[in-house]
Amino acid sequence: MSAVAITFFVVIVGITLFITFWAAKRTKTASEFYTAGGGLTGWQNGLAIAGDYLSAASFLGIAGAVALNGFDGFFFSLGYLVAYLVVLYIVAEPLRNLGKYTLADMISARFNEKKIRAVAALSTLTIVIFYMIAQLVGAGALIQLLLGMDYKIAVLFVGVMMTIYVLFGGMTATSWVQIVKAVLLMIGTVIISVLVLAKFNFNIFTMFDQMKTATPLGENYLNPGVKYKNPLDTLSMTLALVLGTAGLPHILMRFFTVKDAKTARSSVVTATWVIGIFYILTIFLGFGAAAFVGSTDIIKANAAGNMAAPLLAGVLGGEFLMSFVSAVAFATILAVVAGLVLSGASAFAHDIYGQIIKKGKATEKQQMLAARYASISVAILSILLALFAQKMNVAFLVSLAFCIAASANLPVIIFTIYWRKFNTTGAITGMLSGLLTALVLVAISPNVISPEPGAAIFVGDPLFSLTNPALVSVPVGFIGAYLGTVLSRNRDEKKFAEVTVKANTGLK
Amino acid sequence: MGNTVIKTVPQQALNKEEVTNTTLKQVHYEQISESEEFKHLVKRKRNFLVPFSIFFLVFYFTLPILTSYTTILNKAAVGGISWAWVFAFAQFIMTWVLCTVYVKKANKFDQMSDEIIENLEQGDQRL
Repeated sequence: MSAVAITFFVVIVGITLFITFWAAKRTKTASEFYTAGGGLTGWQNGLAIAGDYLSAASFLGIAGAVALNGFDGFFFSLGYLVAYLVVLYIVAEPLRNLGKYTLADMISARFNEKKIRAVAALSTLTIVIFYMIAQLVGAGALIQLLLGMDYKIAVLFVGVMMTIYVLFGGMTATSWVQIVKAVLLMIGTVIISVLVLAKFNFNIFTMFDQMKTATPLGENYLNPGVKYKNPLDTLSMTLALVLGTAGLPHILMRFFTVKDAKTARSSVVTATWVIGIFYILTIFLGFGAAAFVGSTDIIKANAAGNMAAPLLAGVLGGEFLMSFVSAVAFATILAVVAGLVLSGASAFAHDIYGQIIKKGKATEKQQMLAARYASISVAILSILLALFAQKMNVAFLVSLAFCIAASANLPVIIFTIYWRKFNTTGAITGMLSGLLTALVLVAISPNVISPEPGAAIFVGDPLFSLTNPALVSVPVGFIGAYLGTVLSRNRDEKKFAEVTVKANTGLK
Repeated sequence: MGNTVIKTVPQQALNKEEVTNTTLKQVHYEQISESEEFKHLVKRKRNFLVPFSIFFLVFYFTLPILTSYTTILNKAAVGGISWAWVFAFAQFIMTWVLCTVYVKKANKFDQMSDEIIENLEQGDQRL
């Protein structure tokens, strides 16, 4: 590792620790810990959402997917972006108006039962753990590649850093780490994109023409169907992508960090612009890597293509740019895992301890203590799991997290806000059926059971053919919620009046 | 300038709302939800959200459906760029346009809900 690279990494770590030090003084209450006191402005929260969302899977993963699979890689960019319309139109504002710290708070605004809170916390923790393992395993592999650090030490290092941010700086530190990272990521991506365009004389048509001969795939590189050959699999994956975001706990949590629904709305708008521009630029990252690094070298560095962006930076801007991009990728991982720890901790400490065990009567001091213990527990648990999961294919863990979010959380969120007859039983059956269907179907899918030795955990014929079960599990989540409601027949329309009035007007 | 003036009005209403929070707590939510103004607001929102949501989901899924079951999008559209890419770019444009359209609409909804809250406060004072 060169002196330039070390300098960039030290600067990044230094900045984040400084932010944490500054934020620690402003993190004295549970509200400050979980939501930065609700004091973020629209653009700040918008950048933080973008920082939370553009994970290593987005930056490194999509760049690599486009580089290796051309158009098919771009499907991710589309789904991840259009998902924000679902967030903006259906979820963000009612969620802000009804919730306090967590998804469970929002559902409990209508059905104040411990069982529901417990199930919502369970679904949150499941999603967070899967997402977290994916990020940590990815982080470990990446740092190992970039810095030559041992995988275990790399995971431990990232784990310790994220715990420090959350433990001392809470949501304030996490948000600002995400904001700084979003800005750095955009700068890095724009620089690479301009350099790639310059190689094509700033002519997009030249770029597309040359890409037809630049890769071993020939003209097919620019056509759909290189990677996704099974239509139902493609549809299932695109469904999980577009609906999953609106149920991801660490994204939903970001809407409680602003003061009202209007600010929540403006933050989604900012996030949508930033994320959209970034995803457009993934074309330049991917095409550039395919043309100037070459698929052989990309695959040699990492089979999934995760090194495409840093390698491209190296080809275009030498060691300096490569070190910068690697440091940005590192910051990306830190920002995302910190957000995940926080949302996992809120499910543990706020929902399970504060509301279920202490029945909402925990003192401020107890709440803060619980939040910190929960953060450490979530961090240690995910570090341990990540250490054992080194050999696992992380891409499927991320898509599974999106799938569970879309199957277990989204149906219940939508029905809670918009369906008059929805009831307690429906909320529980909806979440459980979506969650369990997604988990079971993945356990018997080609991700886990594959006829090819070494491709998955078990060797054999998969019992379920789709790699992403969303096409089945999302409808099951909706039907589960519907049937539970209709069959149990208990009604609670008085609460519905309260919920619609609150959701639509922001009355407290 | 005109814009800023309009923006400050709901802001004040919001602050007022916080001040009178305790009185508002006694308000029956059912009463508001039954009021004509509120029903009107919910209906206006639904008339906007439902068709637009259906539109963007259909628009979004048309791309993978077409690429999975046909090859018509592989034909060149502009220069060497095929329809698949044009459709993909159109998804970005759609997202940004619908984002902007929603914000415009939502500002109107905000005004309506502020009026409802204001009416409520006046009603409270009369009691």
